[in-house]
Amino acid sequence: MKKTNISRRNLLKVSALTGGGLLLEMTLPAAAQEKNALVRSRELNVYVEISPDGQITIYSATPEMGQGIKTSLPMIIAEEMGARWEDVRVLDAPLDAKFGLQGAGGSTSIPRNFQAMREMGASAREMLIGAGALLMEVEREDLVAENSEIIHKSGQSRTFGELAALAAEQPVPDPEFLSYKDPRAYTIIGTSVGGVDNLVISTGRSQFGIDVDVPDMKYATYSRCPRVGGTAVSFNEAAIKKLPGIVDAFILAPDDRAGEASMVFLKGMAVLRGGVAIIGEDTWSVIDAKRRLEVEWDDDAASDDSWTQMVADAKAAAAAGGGEVRQDSGGVDAALTDAKNRTLEAFYQFPYVAHICMEPMNCTAHYQKADAEHPDRMEIWLGSQFPGQVKEIAKNMLNIEPENVTVHPQRLGGGFGRRAIHDFATEAMAIAHRVDYPVKLTWTRTDDIHNDFFRVGGFENMKGAVDADGRLAAWDQHYIGFKYPDRFVVGSGLRGNELPMVAFENARVSQTMTDITTPCGAWRAPGSNTNAFVEQSFIHELAELAGRDHAEFLIELMGEPRWIKEGDVNALNTGRAVDVIKLAVARSGWGRALPAGHGLGLAFYFCHAAHVAEVAEVSVDENRNFRVEKVTVAVDVGPIINMSGAISQVQGSIVDGLSTMAMQQITMEGGVIQEDNFHQYPVMRIAATPEIDVHFIQSENPSTGLGEPALPPLAPAVTNAIYAATGERIRSMPLSEAGFKLV
Amino acid sequence: MSKIRLKVNGDTHELDVSPDTPLLWVLRDKLKLIGTKFGCGIAQCGACTVHVDGQPMRACVLPVSTVSGEVTTIEGLADGGNLHPLQEAWIEHDVPQCGYCQAGQIMSAAALLETNPAPSDADIDEALAGNYCRCGTYVRIRQAVHTAASYYNADKGAS
Repeated sequence: MKKTNISRRNLLKVSALTGGGLLLEMTLPAAAQEKNALVRSRELNVYVEISPDGQITIYSATPEMGQGIKTSLPMIIAEEMGARWEDVRVLDAPLDAKFGLQGAGGSTSIPRNFQAMREMGASAREMLIGAGALLMEVEREDLVAENSEIIHKSGQSRTFGELAALAAEQPVPDPEFLSYKDPRAYTIIGTSVGGVDNLVISTGRSQFGIDVDVPDMKYATYSRCPRVGGTAVSFNEAAIKKLPGIVDAFILAPDDRAGEASMVFLKGMAVLRGGVAIIGEDTWSVIDAKRRLEVEWDDDAASDDSWTQMVADAKAAAAAGGGEVRQDSGGVDAALTDAKNRTLEAFYQFPYVAHICMEPMNCTAHYQKADAEHPDRMEIWLGSQFPGQVKEIAKNMLNIEPENVTVHPQRLGGGFGRRAIHDFATEAMAIAHRVDYPVKLTWTRTDDIHNDFFRVGGFENMKGAVDADGRLAAWDQHYIGFKYPDRFVVGSGLRGNELPMVAFENARVSQTMTDITTPCGAWRAPGSNTNAFVEQSFIHELAELAGRDHAEFLIELMGEPRWIKEGDVNALNTGRAVDVIKLAVARSGWGRALPAGHGLGLAFYFCHAAHVAEVAEVSVDENRNFRVEKVTVAVDVGPIINMSGAISQVQGSIVDGLSTMAMQQITMEGGVIQEDNFHQYPVMRIAATPEIDVHFIQSENPSTGLGEPALPPLAPAVTNAIYAATGERIRSMPLSEAGFKLV
Repeated sequence: MSKIRLKVNGDTHELDVSPDTPLLWVLRDKLKLIGTKFGCGIAQCGACTVHVDGQPMRACVLPVSTVSGEVTTIEGLADGGNLHPLQEAWIEHDVPQCGYCQAGQIMSAAALLETNPAPSDADIDEALAGNYCRCGTYVRIRQAVHTAASYYNADKGAS
């Protein structure tokens, strides 16, 4: 036996399946994962099974919300195993502590799991090779794994299925001594593989949380005070209970204990808001009853947030200047007042927006009270980006021990950050706790919009100067955003890794943060999706002021090719940045002659370890109808795992970004959200879809995630293009507010 | 409550429901046909699209008592063991992301192909104008409808 690292050695276990077969189970502890600079999670664990008939089952433990992770992570395992993809089926893993953190967010699932998946596949391969050596009576060095077979150099071979039972008896290799495939020999990674659930989705058989059906289940709605923080005093209880199909109706008092989360970004989020629950025999009965609900609210202490006031206050803050200085390289004021320089000041604005996952929030919960043989128990079905976190809610709010909470993760009908926060599970559990049957809580679309954790709105007042040579002489960025009295608002303010803070030599960045009550949360590329709009627009403004070509000016700002933080793949690399900018520029035909009313706009953004540049071609008519004709995208996220999935994420990000910047905004007055449903909060329809031309630079950096980073550059690319087409500078989103209509 | 007679995917059901119940909730809660989705309740997003006598309808605003024709849902679109050409094309083009809206998209497209076997991009845009996709799969939806149209015509020619 070779010398092994005991602590790691024990993490790999193997057991024979009933009927023979290989089952490999692996857990990576925090210490092993932290060695990889990319890895942020604590643990990970996966199963591979091979049945004697050759079917390879790979379990997916990461929530699938449309980002394609249920396909891409198993591809990595299959590749290292030498499996044929056609032999692989992917099954959802249950929620279980042995899988470690089962979560999806921040475009981290690929970087967090890539090495562990390779290890999983390579371990299985080595055990199959061990079995092959025994069965064929040959040296294992002369064996390779290909096409779900172990093949000897003589040509003889055994299928994985034939070897499965014996493979399960082989010693588990020490991960320290595993070798990995040369990427040039990949046959699965980097190819286009269709989503493993495409068949069930296309035939209407895929089950989302909202589709859960449990025996003896009843259906519920919940109505909260329109102003956050208000509580229900009374309601027309007798009238509601008399309605057909209604079983029960009651008030729930607010409860902050559900917000006591261990994950920092969840703290204070999933609190129970005071309201009225209605339970009935079917969904329609409770939706209909909800419409007839009359509630007396106590909202004396409730939110008084007003978007109108926020805009006015922000303009005053911009005029006053100052703010908390986050970074100052010095010399900014001198450059802004130097008569030889040309200067510019511009006020930018971006609204609150909603997540509007196509599947409204929902959760099914079944509470069983303690009896002589059992403690209090809770069973929960939901689509969640971090399903394990609902156990904390059960513990903190209802004092049900985590081991007595069973969570059944479901496919997510969209996540985008929304399903990282489990207020809907808080509500479902609080309702279920009052009754002795399972309850499915379904939110209406209006519930979903009014009670979102919004992408926070905000403002930035920008000042800049260019010198006589047309070079950037000063960058003064004043962020005017929001916080809660006791904690930060996700996505508001500057984090310190934005482009001017890390790459510009003559920059000052400050911020003024004021208190709000309106709930906000992560929304696809939080912070980046709004900051990209401001910074990348203002860079274009300065290029124009200097009379410079935008692409040339932007590339010059990047300076010498370098990692901003050496050895950290999560840091900007200016060389990678320049490469994607140049590629997008080249492929878009930057600088070519365009018809009247057409313009090209460029933007670059770095976030989620991804370097992305986009060029939009836009046409605008005399009635301010605008069409995005084409978007050319250049992306460097390292080697691509699933080409089809990667292109799909970019296409989706372009459409999502366009939809949001063109027509979406949430406003609030007196604490009340003003938009009720899609008639007031529209989504882009198919006719406006541009041609989307996607190019990848598969640099030799680690593969990183693509669920978010293609979205931020879209808005500034489009508004820069509108400027090029019309001479009109847009500094506020959505464009519909300025009379622009996306067609 | 009243007795309602409803024919769905070839089967006739006698149902005891309130007559103003939208068809959507009868399909989902009573018949357990969960492929038809709830998205907005006001006929804006198309997630609930079904066919009534071949016409695409938004089931979330259609009182069940007004439905006299035959209802087809996504579960009834395949012809026995054979996928509908749209379903084949949806898989081939790897259209779905989260997948929630796709049944509605496919049902709208299926109604289009019945009347227009060779749709242009503009025809597709018009027929699918009522269907939101928040994930932004529109590029592939268009491609898949074109591909399905070619299969559809080949099938017709063969029969």
